[in-house]
Amino acid sequence: MSSLALRDLTVTYGRRDVVHSFSDTIGPGDWLCLIGPNGAGKSSILRAVCGLARHTGEIDVDGSPLRLRSPRRRAALVAYVPQSPSLPDDMSAFEYVLLGRNPYISYFGAETAHDREMVRGVLERLDMADFADRSLGELSGGEQQRLVIARALAQEAPILLLDEPTSALDIGHQQQALELVDRLRREHGLTVVSAMHDLTLAGLYADRLALLHEGHLVVTGTAAEVLRAETLAEFYGVSVTVHHEPDGTVVVVPRRVTG
Amino acid sequence: MDLVSRRGRWWLPLSIVVLAGALLLGAYIGPAGRVTGANWHLIWTVRMPRVVLAALVGAMLSVAGASYQGAFGNPLADPYLLGVAAGSGLGATIVFVAGRANTHGWLIDPLPLASFAGGLAAVFITYVIGSAFGSTRSSLTLVLAGVAITSLATAIQTFVLYRNTEVIREVYSWILGRLSTATWRDVKLVLPYIVVSCVVLLLHRRQLDLLRVGDDEAASLGMQVGRVRLVVVVAATLGTAAAVSVSGLIGFVGIVVPHAVRMMAGASYRRLLPLTIVLGAAFLVLTDIPGRVLSHGSETPIGVVTAFFGAPFFIVVLMRRRLGGDAR
Repeated sequence: MSSLALRDLTVTYGRRDVVHSFSDTIGPGDWLCLIGPNGAGKSSILRAVCGLARHTGEIDVDGSPLRLRSPRRRAALVAYVPQSPSLPDDMSAFEYVLLGRNPYISYFGAETAHDREMVRGVLERLDMADFADRSLGELSGGEQQRLVIARALAQEAPILLLDEPTSALDIGHQQQALELVDRLRREHGLTVVSAMHDLTLAGLYADRLALLHEGHLVVTGTAAEVLRAETLAEFYGVSVTVHHEPDGTVVVVPRRVTG
Repeated sequence: MDLVSRRGRWWLPLSIVVLAGALLLGAYIGPAGRVTGANWHLIWTVRMPRVVLAALVGAMLSVAGASYQGAFGNPLADPYLLGVAAGSGLGATIVFVAGRANTHGWLIDPLPLASFAGGLAAVFITYVIGSAFGSTRSSLTLVLAGVAITSLATAIQTFVLYRNTEVIREVYSWILGRLSTATWRDVKLVLPYIVVSCVVLLLHRRQLDLLRVGDDEAASLGMQVGRVRLVVVVAATLGTAAAVSVSGLIGFVGIVVPHAVRMMAGASYRRLLPLTIVLGAAFLVLTDIPGRVLSHGSETPIGVVTAFFGAPFFIVVLMRRRLGGDAR
């Protein structure tokens, strides 16, 4: 299990700062969900952590700075599930998941029997062993999403970043994907940071939410603390009712403005 | 279920057999007639270098095409369409103009080097322009940039030639290719470049597979995308420039062979690169044959034959992939 600490993280695109001095510490095995309207900087934070966005400030894994690591070493610590992954139609599911082993293979090296065994194991754990030979183009959206998560698992990284993991899925597959992540988090002690639009789902699965607005952290805390009607009205410009279920679930329901 | 599946295991031996057959056929057919003891010397000094050179050039142009396609994530990338060939031509022209005669005693022949520099400059400019106005994975911008760079390089070349008419003959015989007049000396000239280039590209086949998921995801998996792309493009351009410097500009090989192999044996670069090398060699040896026997006495340039097969194939690739569609 690993902890992830972000200190004064400022992310720049071109000359514009899209995230301003964001700081947070995510404990080992915790799930932090970044929420906020479009353009709030959620994806930028995730992209900075896996080294895809220019940034200043410190990103530490278990207390040591990630920027001192080689790209391969970093990929062995942090796995990333992008919002819209590219899935080459004619690549087989097995080949795709095997790409996740790259951090453990030297530049000119090849996958070992252990890598293949490991990928087979991951596919089995996700009930996808029968898909190994299928090409990505033949799979449904839900199956593809599970495969992207499988590739991240093959990375064996203790930290998992998920950018809108459910935005392309129907409600059934949304639940399935998030249940899967939650199960894997418990089984493997993964530390999860996700960006999500669905506030109810975010509150349901994450231990803690962080609300961002225009690159600034507004508030962080449990679902009950962050998902308040007046807060959401102010930063999303939305009119909602927030229900608190007896089991502690916070449900955010949009309200008609007129009528 | 593995990368080299039961079915796939046979592709490489099979294509080596095809190449061996092509080499034999290439040595057997020609104006001088069948191979006999009496004309063996002729076959060895005239026909064999031509066959071997065609094999080397075909292997190089094919594997370069496949590698450019992987490095740029663009199914239409090809040494010809990216402007590499035209840039190499310009580089070589400059050597001729500057005085080819002076370079005879040189330790390293500057012709392949100049043609390499020209080709590299062309592909670099094409890439910069292509990615400035759209993602390089969108086929259209990259290819249009390549067309523009090709026109520009050709225009500069024409301008230079008009001011130095004394080298026009030399340059044009170079551009149109010398496969028909190939000697063992030409083979020796290009062999090291092509071998180095092929070895470097083969060593990157796993990296090219990784690039199929795009720059960002490959980087998030720990790949240094910029460095890999640079090494692959430089290696492919080095080999292409050397090939072009002996064979002249031969189009479409870099598109036809890789795509045909993809259709047969799948798109994984681990299988694609070795197969394109072997089948690309066979392809050019075979397409060189009709040119020798079709028209009596006069040769049909090989570029004409490859274009004859390549252009329709190119259109098929366009229809299958649709411009800007999934590139890898």
